[in-house]
Amino acid sequence: MKVIGIPRRRVDGRAKVTGQTRFADDVALPRMVHCKLLRSTVPHARIVGIDASRARAHPGVHLVLTGADFPIPYGILPVSQDEHALAIDRVRFVGDPVAAVIARDELTAFEALDLIAVDYEPLRTFSGPDDSLEHDTPRIHDYGDAGNIHKLVSLRFGDVQAALSAADHVFDDTFFYEGNTHLPIEQHAAVAAKDPDGKLVLWSSTQTPHYVHRALAKALALPAAHVRVIATPNGGGFGGKSDPFNHEVVVCKAALLLDRPVKICLTREEVFYCHRGRHPVLMRFETGVKRDGTITGMRVQTVLDGGAYGSYGVASTFYTGALQTVTYHIPSYEFRGCRVFTNKPPCGPKRGHGTPQSRFGQEIQLDKIAERLALDPADLRLRIVEQPETLTANYLHVGTIGLTECIRRVTRAATWSERFRKLPPGRGVGLACSSYLSGAGLPIYWNDMPHSGVQLKLDRSGGVTAFCGATEIGQGSDDVLVACVAEVLGIDPSDIRAVTGDTDLTPVDLGSYSSRVTLMMGNAAIQAAERARDLLADAVSKKLSVPRDRLVFAERRVFDTEEPAVGVSFSEAVCLAETMFGTLGTTGSYTPPRSAARFKGGGVGPSPTYSYTAAIVEVDVDPSTGWIHVPRVWIAHDIGRSINPTLVRGQVEGSVYMALGEALMEEQTFRRLPPKLSHALVHKFPSMLEYKSPTTLDMPEVFTELVENPDPRGPFGAKEVGQGPLLPIMPAVANAIYDAVGVRIDEVPITPEKVLRALDAKAAGKPARVGPTRFPAVPWPAALEVPPPWEGGDGTAKVKSEKAKGKSEMRNVESEVARP
Amino acid sequence: MAPHAHVPLTVNGEPTEVAFAPYKTLLEVLREDLNLPGTKHGCELGECGACAVLLDGQPVLSCLVLGVDCDGRDVTTVEGLASDGRLHPLQETFADLGAAQCGYCTPGFLVTAKALLDEHPHPTRHQIREALSGVLCRCTGYQQIFEAVEAAIATTDSRLSTTDPRSCR
Repeated sequence: MKVIGIPRRRVDGRAKVTGQTRFADDVALPRMVHCKLLRSTVPHARIVGIDASRARAHPGVHLVLTGADFPIPYGILPVSQDEHALAIDRVRFVGDPVAAVIARDELTAFEALDLIAVDYEPLRTFSGPDDSLEHDTPRIHDYGDAGNIHKLVSLRFGDVQAALSAADHVFDDTFFYEGNTHLPIEQHAAVAAKDPDGKLVLWSSTQTPHYVHRALAKALALPAAHVRVIATPNGGGFGGKSDPFNHEVVVCKAALLLDRPVKICLTREEVFYCHRGRHPVLMRFETGVKRDGTITGMRVQTVLDGGAYGSYGVASTFYTGALQTVTYHIPSYEFRGCRVFTNKPPCGPKRGHGTPQSRFGQEIQLDKIAERLALDPADLRLRIVEQPETLTANYLHVGTIGLTECIRRVTRAATWSERFRKLPPGRGVGLACSSYLSGAGLPIYWNDMPHSGVQLKLDRSGGVTAFCGATEIGQGSDDVLVACVAEVLGIDPSDIRAVTGDTDLTPVDLGSYSSRVTLMMGNAAIQAAERARDLLADAVSKKLSVPRDRLVFAERRVFDTEEPAVGVSFSEAVCLAETMFGTLGTTGSYTPPRSAARFKGGGVGPSPTYSYTAAIVEVDVDPSTGWIHVPRVWIAHDIGRSINPTLVRGQVEGSVYMALGEALMEEQTFRRLPPKLSHALVHKFPSMLEYKSPTTLDMPEVFTELVENPDPRGPFGAKEVGQGPLLPIMPAVANAIYDAVGVRIDEVPITPEKVLRALDAKAAGKPARVGPTRFPAVPWPAALEVPPPWEGGDGTAKVKSEKAKGKSEMRNVESEVARP
Repeated sequence: MAPHAHVPLTVNGEPTEVAFAPYKTLLEVLREDLNLPGTKHGCELGECGACAVLLDGQPVLSCLVLGVDCDGRDVTTVEGLASDGRLHPLQETFADLGAAQCGYCTPGFLVTAKALLDEHPHPTRHQIREALSGVLCRCTGYQQIFEAVEAAIATTDSRLSTTDPRSCR
């Protein structure tokens, strides 16, 4: 390998350090005008009237749009088409867009917002799951499983009740994971224009140009072929730029009406309202174990506070219960999930999408189990790690599993056995593990087409251009694309130009979400490059009279492996092939393997393969203040194979960083304004100053170990790294705090105040714990019974529910179905 | 509209004069009036540090500085770090060592690190952490940024001891 596995400057590295990367807000076009959105000041209300006449008359204002201009709804999931670009007759949270002003400059547009009068008729505000479960009306949306319940899920794989009865110990724990947000440093921005042909083009900081493309065609009733979406490199995404957004639809409509480029850049406060971040999740884990630690069965229940719109929420709900079985062997498993609507910014996918919350609960509970069974937590996990190449109880096919090696490496690096339960009071270490998808096995809208496509153009100069719809959000997708092509063709990454994230120029790639890009785009790139290599080999073979299988592509040459001096330069090889075949171009595509899950709900969780991570966090806790300091983190990640180890390490360390923010300080929370004001439910602190995130001074030393055991499903054996390493950190922090001061904090963020509260309780002889003490009553439906593979199951449900039979909508969403 | 302010200043070593609405921040003047979009914004409230530039050699948040206050002063942005066709050692090491992921905060980190090294050519890791603590990065976890700063120090030291010029990559 000349490229793969070697630490290397990323292909877009120079642009990023010279300020030349062109982000969405750097796009400026002649005749461009500027857009601002008027957002709701009330959390839940009927819009009785909007008077925009004064705004329209304001000097410099070109256009004012309201909900009436956007009659067609859209949404990321086919089952949740519940958003309008501007509210039609109802606002559902403080920050919901109501009107748009397009003016000669930002300031004028901003001034004109004040001139729009909106008459609201307030409705009951739903501030959390208890409200939404208790009150059916008024409904925040007129769809969903009941009242203000968006989604109810109940799946059972085997007789969990019998398994719990047969256990030596049954653990029943509740946990709460507070919501938090992505906080990308780049504020969302978009520019829309008519191109010279009169077609619509949108530049936007989006992770999913293909889905935005579809949403625009629908919401604006345009032929999709007349819409072009260009994903500019994102200044951080983390899942927060994965939905089609109001502002994108609005500037497109305005550009079409005005026939001028229209730009919007959200303020930081507005980014908090876009949200789509981590769902707050209340969860209950009932787990049966034998004395030796073997798990007999597990029942997981989750309640998700979804906020005001569907977003990815149906998928998020399933994800809170999907991946428990992928790490440890769980012979019988039950999952119940409930997502409610509330009058807050919509939640959606943030790094780890729905799985960090339940991973938090699962890994803390394992720590409790280990203590009760007098087992070392690392040893307990080593006993129960799932077997590679198996089918889990819920029909997820796992590929290679490097978790055992991760645990061994990380415990060795951290000298775990010398630290665990042996450090002085106030200091402690905690361990936790996790796994994550290397790409969702199903697309968001149901189809059998490839998930990623790559086209190559080979040039007589010796250069190659790689076209792919994949979206560069900082993770290095352009670099992976180029590296895979360079390796196969034996040329230098600098010889290749990447053209990405443009729905006109590039073949479809579904986007930068679910850690899918490296595996899916990488495989497509390899296929395209191998096809190009074959063409060149045919031509060179003929020219040199050397058999094809003796030709080697390396160091910008194509040569005879037995006689390396006999060969041609890569550019000569291209000329020979172009002479022989005509204009050269090849394609590659990737479609994930078919899932074994054939029950309704089996569409969430399948992946070509899974990554694994183990982490140890060390903490210092000051018992007088509760202050938590994290000096060191050791983490081992099963990457399969590193494409570019520099970027892999960056993803691991960045995940640790973001996870520590979630564990210790970040929270997207809300408060009521005083009654003498509006009593509205508002974001507690929609600013970067008060929404605390770790700085350079908060970041611990991180010791990263990469476990390389190539998975045959990945490009050159690679698995994901962008999300998995985040998952074990939060529970490892909680477990370390228990080791340090003997209190359980069963919720995040773990603040000094909570630690002190638990220490006080401990001193008073009460349970030394802070965390939820109850789980709400949820009207769970009868479980869909799916016998696990070892009980003769074939991946289908025992009895099909009425709903599954009748509803075609269920076929249309990744989150709802297995493939027929 | 208010009459434009006419302000002479030096930007990246080039004396220039720029006219702009007097309420504009230095950030806006750089991006909108001087055609220097390399400087980014993440909050426009002085909270994230992405918009840091050097004003008379000192790091400032350009979103909190009025353009009219820059009369006669010297501004350095990310576009002014390379010289004579060579990237600044910090740019080289940031690119090589993974210190720039999405790249959005990178200009702020680069100029802040440059100010640090101009004043303290051999800072400790803790001094680097302190100097950079006003700039937020959500991608890297900072560790590769610290390493890039330290590697740039080593590069600078070796550049000073040799005359071998590195070409601009």
